[in-house]
Amino acid sequence: MNTLLQKLTSFLVVLVLPALVVFATVHFGNRRGTPDEISYQNRADMDKKVDHSEFEILQQNFERPQDLTAACLSCHNKRDDELMSSAHWKWERESNLPNDRGTVSIGKKNLINNYCASAQGNNGSCMRCHIGYGWNDDTFDFNDPTNLDCLVCHDNTDTYKKRKGGAGMPSTAENASAEFPVPDYNFIAANVGKPLKENCGFCHFHGGGGNNVKHGDLEEAMLNCDRYVDVHMAKAGQDMSCNDCHLTERHNITGRAYSVSSENTNRAYCETCHTSKPHNDKVIDMHNHKVACQTCHIPVYAKVNPTVMYWDWSAAGRRDENGNPITEYDVDHKYSYLSIKGRFVWDKDVKPEYFWFNGTADHYLYGDTISEIPVQINTLMGEYRDPDSKIWPVKVHRGKQAYDTETREIANVKVFAEKKGEGAFWEDLRWDTAIQLGMESAGRYYSGNFDFVSTEMYWPLNHQVSPKEHTLKCADCHTRSNEGRLANLAGFYLPGRDYAKGVDYTGFAIIILSLIGVITHALMRIFARKH
Amino acid sequence: MEKIKLYSRFERFWHWTQMALVILLTITGFEIHGNYTIFGFEAAVRLHNASAITFILLGIMTIFWLIVTGQYKNFVPTREKFSEQLKFYTSGIFRGEPHPTKKSFGNKLNPVQRITYLGLLIMIFPVQTLTGVLYMFYHYPQNPIDAGGLWIAAVLHTLGAFIMVAFVIVHMYMITTGHRINTNLKAMITGYEEEPAEEHKTENQTA
Repeated sequence: MNTLLQKLTSFLVVLVLPALVVFATVHFGNRRGTPDEISYQNRADMDKKVDHSEFEILQQNFERPQDLTAACLSCHNKRDDELMSSAHWKWERESNLPNDRGTVSIGKKNLINNYCASAQGNNGSCMRCHIGYGWNDDTFDFNDPTNLDCLVCHDNTDTYKKRKGGAGMPSTAENASAEFPVPDYNFIAANVGKPLKENCGFCHFHGGGGNNVKHGDLEEAMLNCDRYVDVHMAKAGQDMSCNDCHLTERHNITGRAYSVSSENTNRAYCETCHTSKPHNDKVIDMHNHKVACQTCHIPVYAKVNPTVMYWDWSAAGRRDENGNPITEYDVDHKYSYLSIKGRFVWDKDVKPEYFWFNGTADHYLYGDTISEIPVQINTLMGEYRDPDSKIWPVKVHRGKQAYDTETREIANVKVFAEKKGEGAFWEDLRWDTAIQLGMESAGRYYSGNFDFVSTEMYWPLNHQVSPKEHTLKCADCHTRSNEGRLANLAGFYLPGRDYAKGVDYTGFAIIILSLIGVITHALMRIFARKH
Repeated sequence: MEKIKLYSRFERFWHWTQMALVILLTITGFEIHGNYTIFGFEAAVRLHNASAITFILLGIMTIFWLIVTGQYKNFVPTREKFSEQLKFYTSGIFRGEPHPTKKSFGNKLNPVQRITYLGLLIMIFPVQTLTGVLYMFYHYPQNPIDAGGLWIAAVLHTLGAFIMVAFVIVHMYMITTGHRINTNLKAMITGYEEEPAEEHKTENQTA
């Protein structure tokens, strides 16, 4: 009886209780939290719109679009002040640059990029996306509020399309075409409202000269996409507009594009809706200290249409045997060579590259001389030890573009003109005049000698957020594989990826020596026993 | 045959639970370290964290138990018979000599075991716990003091894990060095060690 009780006790304390403890540990330990559900009402559905068709002032015959702006401002007074201090209007803003480079006024107006080099000098084409009417040259009046284009953002009919090459002027009776007719101002004015995706997308989808050329995560397909492409904007989902995230107060739109921005202010954040601990799971939530939401939640970009990854201007200018410009296409039917632009590499379903980024960026400025190659046109600042830095997914756009070999400065290039013979590259395919005129338009010195240099631009990704089933998994980063997403991001210890070789070798040596030791000892015991 | 009580119910529960947790921690730990894939990285992390917390709770219980029962005295190192015990393991055991230390409830560890287990209790376990807690909660360089990231904690934790594995290997072998090959194992299960009567002692030593 006594021994039976003892055996039962032993069974309990040796097997049952330990097994229970381990079972409970595994059961409660191996559980992932359930993310919070966000309940959100789209801004577009919040209030009833004013019916602008009832206003007599909007029913007049508008000769010029500027007259319509005047009509808008007659009721919406002071809004012109808001807009005229915005970067959408000024294309520059006071920016405190990192690396103690001081405060400068920079923006699309006066920055270099590695697409068409600069907007400056190419007003007719580039300033089509300025929110004004006719910024053709320096004579444009930035103080005239009627030069503001209200419609490009507030047209809710999706019929207001500004013509190409017009520096932001819509078609007139003289230059109207089937693609870009004279806008029906009365119809549009009767149907204005908060900006729709179509409004923002008219410019922001087409930067760089075509759909999805520039950003890679902003393109036409997002006007009508499923949840896989963009979980926020999906038609059959929340169907959000740009301004649902890019919260706007008095025409001040939150959000930054670091091709032109420098400071960690006025940004749009996932956390605004989702909080910084949205997973209800400690291990995953803690990543937010050092990993941007975007890193896991935007595993690939350019999910529908390809984006340009590489643009080599040095190849531009070739002509066929008849002296005509050449166009070549890649397997996806995207142009891989254009005489007017050079060689292109497009890609679709692209895995981002990853950088430490703290929300500030440096920029190549006029007067900066090339030191390191590839030249960083915009530099994302950040490192592991910086408390504001997080790992961020980035589209890197690489290219080759013209620079002055004497001054070692990146050149402005005049690519656009309405007609041949004005020295623009797209018309005449001559580098000397195109660079000369480009540099002149920016008021810069040009030695006359040029070559091409490799450059890189960095585009932090924010859009095309995937549904949770498609986010990165732990082992996509926490792996020793060279294919790991963070395989190249050095300077910190990443569990699963990193280890100290010396410690591991020592450790395995200790284990092997222990094994040899006990085996030898055991053999000696067996041997001794036999004798 | 003489039955000596060596291990109380709690000690046996402690030992076997700890064994299971150490196995779980080792398997998941080296998976997190990147040596192989068994559970998948996410499950390995969750299981490792959970078993670490259980391990710490068990540790707190055990410290309390060791103190209130006075059983901590078993781990106090002693010079007495230390060299005899060492000599036994390195030569006497091959010649069938008797164990130099006689075990009892208040003296269940020989001098070599005392120093080994003390090392485990005051070096390996605390270092693993401390670096493990750092690993769990102190991910980032300034939080709140600047340790430059996970490197130090991670490397120490890895080193501790290797030593722990080596300990387990030697420990598992040492189980067989009792009076019979299964005497020690049986004691940790039943709580009692069966010592041969004095007159037979020399015959069965080498098993």
